[in-house]
Amino acid sequence: MQEKVKDGQSSEFQVVGTRPLRPDGADKVTGRAKFGADFSLPGQLVGKVLRSPYPHARIKSIDASAALKLPGVKAVVCRDDFVEQSSEFIPAGEMMINYRDVVRNVMAREKVLYEGHPVAAVAATTAALAKEALRLIKVEYQVLPHVIDVVEAMRPDAPLLHEDMFTAGVEPAPKTPSNVAKRLEIGHGDIAAGFKQAELVIEREFTTKPVHQGYIEPHACVASVSEDGQADVWVSTQGHWVVRAHCARLLGWDIGKVRVTAAEIGGGFGGKTVVYLEPIALALSKKARRPVKMVMTREEVFKASGPTSGAHVRVKIGAKKDGRIVAAEAELKYQAGAFAGSPVQPGAMCAYAPYDIENVKVIGYDVVTNRPKVAAYRAPGGPISEFGVESVLDEIAAKLGIDPIELRLKNAAKQGTKAAYGPKFGPIGMVETLEAAKAHAHWRTPLGKHQGRGVASGFWFNIGGETSVSLSLNEDGTLSLTAGTPDIGGLRASLCMMAAEELGVPLDKIRVQIGDTGQLGYNFLTGGSRSTFSSGMATVEAARDVMKEACKRAAKLWELPDDAVEYNNGGVRPAGPNAGKHAPMTLKEIAGIAGKTGGPIVGYARINAAGAAPSLATHIADVEVDPETGKVSVIRYTAIQDAGRAIHPSYVEGQYQGGVAQGIGWALNEEYIYGDDGKLQNPGFLDYRVPVASDLPMIDTVIIEVPNPRHPYGVRGVGETPIVPPMAAIANAVANATGVRFTDLPMSPPRVLKALDEARAKGSAKL
Amino acid sequence: MAKHHITATVNGDPVEFLCEPQETLLDALRDQLNLTGTKEGCSTGDCGACSVTVDDRLVCSCLMLGVEADGKSIHTIEGMAQGDELHPLQQKFLEHAALQCGICTPGFLVAAKALLDKKPDPSETEVRYWLAGNLCRCTGYDKIVRAVLDAAAELRGA
Repeated sequence: MQEKVKDGQSSEFQVVGTRPLRPDGADKVTGRAKFGADFSLPGQLVGKVLRSPYPHARIKSIDASAALKLPGVKAVVCRDDFVEQSSEFIPAGEMMINYRDVVRNVMAREKVLYEGHPVAAVAATTAALAKEALRLIKVEYQVLPHVIDVVEAMRPDAPLLHEDMFTAGVEPAPKTPSNVAKRLEIGHGDIAAGFKQAELVIEREFTTKPVHQGYIEPHACVASVSEDGQADVWVSTQGHWVVRAHCARLLGWDIGKVRVTAAEIGGGFGGKTVVYLEPIALALSKKARRPVKMVMTREEVFKASGPTSGAHVRVKIGAKKDGRIVAAEAELKYQAGAFAGSPVQPGAMCAYAPYDIENVKVIGYDVVTNRPKVAAYRAPGGPISEFGVESVLDEIAAKLGIDPIELRLKNAAKQGTKAAYGPKFGPIGMVETLEAAKAHAHWRTPLGKHQGRGVASGFWFNIGGETSVSLSLNEDGTLSLTAGTPDIGGLRASLCMMAAEELGVPLDKIRVQIGDTGQLGYNFLTGGSRSTFSSGMATVEAARDVMKEACKRAAKLWELPDDAVEYNNGGVRPAGPNAGKHAPMTLKEIAGIAGKTGGPIVGYARINAAGAAPSLATHIADVEVDPETGKVSVIRYTAIQDAGRAIHPSYVEGQYQGGVAQGIGWALNEEYIYGDDGKLQNPGFLDYRVPVASDLPMIDTVIIEVPNPRHPYGVRGVGETPIVPPMAAIANAVANATGVRFTDLPMSPPRVLKALDEARAKGSAKL
Repeated sequence: MAKHHITATVNGDPVEFLCEPQETLLDALRDQLNLTGTKEGCSTGDCGACSVTVDDRLVCSCLMLGVEADGKSIHTIEGMAQGDELHPLQQKFLEHAALQCGICTPGFLVAAKALLDKKPDPSETEVRYWLAGNLCRCTGYDKIVRAVLDAAAELRGA
């Protein structure tokens, strides 16, 4: 499936590369679209979760008898209502999950491991009664010492979260348990020999804080279980097949008994790839025999879902005087939260991926702490390690007197480069993004007072995976397309466009929906920037299935062999020696003869989409630093990224801009702040400050198209890479403006002012 | 606790509903009147997803009680389009791809309309500061600001 990608120009297409209105648009601007909390069923109860007030404690007993006596309370569930799981890591897209931990994160068993950890849940006729019932549940805790910081958690005397955690990946295997779940190492070459050749070596340590995905829609679902055990869930999720599998597993039910429907989803960014409320709502509904609706508060979202890891990172890079990197090393310590499974592996793999380096070594540690279990967040792990690497590269460029773009060009990975994490790259757009940055007017525009400019690049793998799509030719020649990957930011538009392009029919003749788990084969979730790639590939295959079947039907009617009919421009016609023997038939006419030529015409694709290709980006940031307050303002920003091919360029630009905005928040303001008591001090949007409109400039975008040869339209994933470069681009710009190198995020006003004051005292500040 | 009987106007239609004294206007709109276009993102007035106008004043409906709506005229996202005609703001949001997931969109549209009703020719900075109470986590605001400025221009020309 690659014949369409040979020419890099989009102009060969009728639909792909244009900017039509999205098919779900009218519903979303009128309030008609139904998100997770917008769905209700007759007789539904309200479910609420009792959460741990302690960061670490043993649960000695749970007594819900008083709660159950309260009139209006219909069910209470706790640890006994979920099936114990054996320890088994299974791949979950970009992350690994262990069901033993998933069941404990959904509902605490032996211990609570973070403030906000669920301990019990109730279903009652009103929210007020449910809250009252939570107050009546008596939980006896034995409070234990806790640990919040990643470096402290690695100390031998740190409070232990899991008595049976022995660091994996260490030889010989440790005899004592620790909070280090895993040590990993990737790389190639001879790192010591590499550093020996180096004429400049820079080594720096960096810290980043946990940041939350910050989707505006809190987690929400409605579950209904009938007397015969058939269960339905309506939920805001990035993957309803994944929700189905997790729920069935945790409850010990048959997968086939559970049907999950994906609501419109109000943002996910990786944070809605796991289950929190869904198994609880099902367990409550089974007990109460009534539908149960559960919606998290914003405080619950912050305390008990997401975030991504905070980390401690050490980066050491050696270069020749001409800027060629000869050795690169990094050590990554990532917080996983309460259970193993931080994104340190992809973080390690990404760290040096944009570059062609002979000697590379990255060591990673996955460390548990008394915080919520991390969830995937946009390019999970990548932004943290690449922040360190891209900052050190900037220092190297400055020390060697080389333009930072030239330094990157000199070391850029290209087609055929062996990546630090193993494989050889196919066609990738690193050089193209750097050349575009160099040529961009932004790079040459003079700066004003207190201003600085920074550049940084970024990498993300992208993934494919299991995908099913169906495409029905309706009786009147219109088409119904059903995909199974939730649409977070324009997927339905892209799928419709690829189907219309393939079939040669007008866009408005295809209606696209996201089907429930009963309507299609398995679909892995929307994540890893896979949905336009994978569901797009499946859509094209389903469309070709319809086209082939249309030819067959006409052949039957015309009494010709199947291969004597060809599909052309929205219809079929006799081909080859039979050309012109019959008048061409439109799809509408084919639809009219479907019944008498064999029945309904349905295209179907069930694939494990292979051939996902990385997307690389280079960003330029201008900042202005207020010397009196330490406030950093981003005043101009340009994001340049390889999309492979932009199916709907507006939504590709939107991905770039959205990733940049999240990166700016990560760089300048966002952080989880804990007190000594191990409790989160800023679980709300007032104190956890995501960027608002007045914080940001317009975000310019440049779409580079180096087509992915393994996708029918050349698509790469685009959603994740754009959050990778901003932290370093901004830190590099701040260093350029102030003369001070910031290695700790966020670069919030108090932190910047303190560093400026210190630098002024030493005479090393530029302002 | 006894419920209160509230009479109000929502999107020009007379409505009556019963509401608990502690119930927010947001919950009353969503749960009593089934107007779920107004969204809850935080319930603390920080995200703006629940923006509505009450007697032409822009408010976070999560910060107002349902009982306070008695006798008031409320406008929500459901009242913005007129028949088949989308409001120019709605149309421009679609044309500029000013939404990705769409959860914040109703709040942004209501807030932007309140701005343009007051000030038909806002600058980019004025748009950004007026909308600073509405959080969007998907778009980086670029396309939202462009859509509002474009809609303002169209409304002025009309």
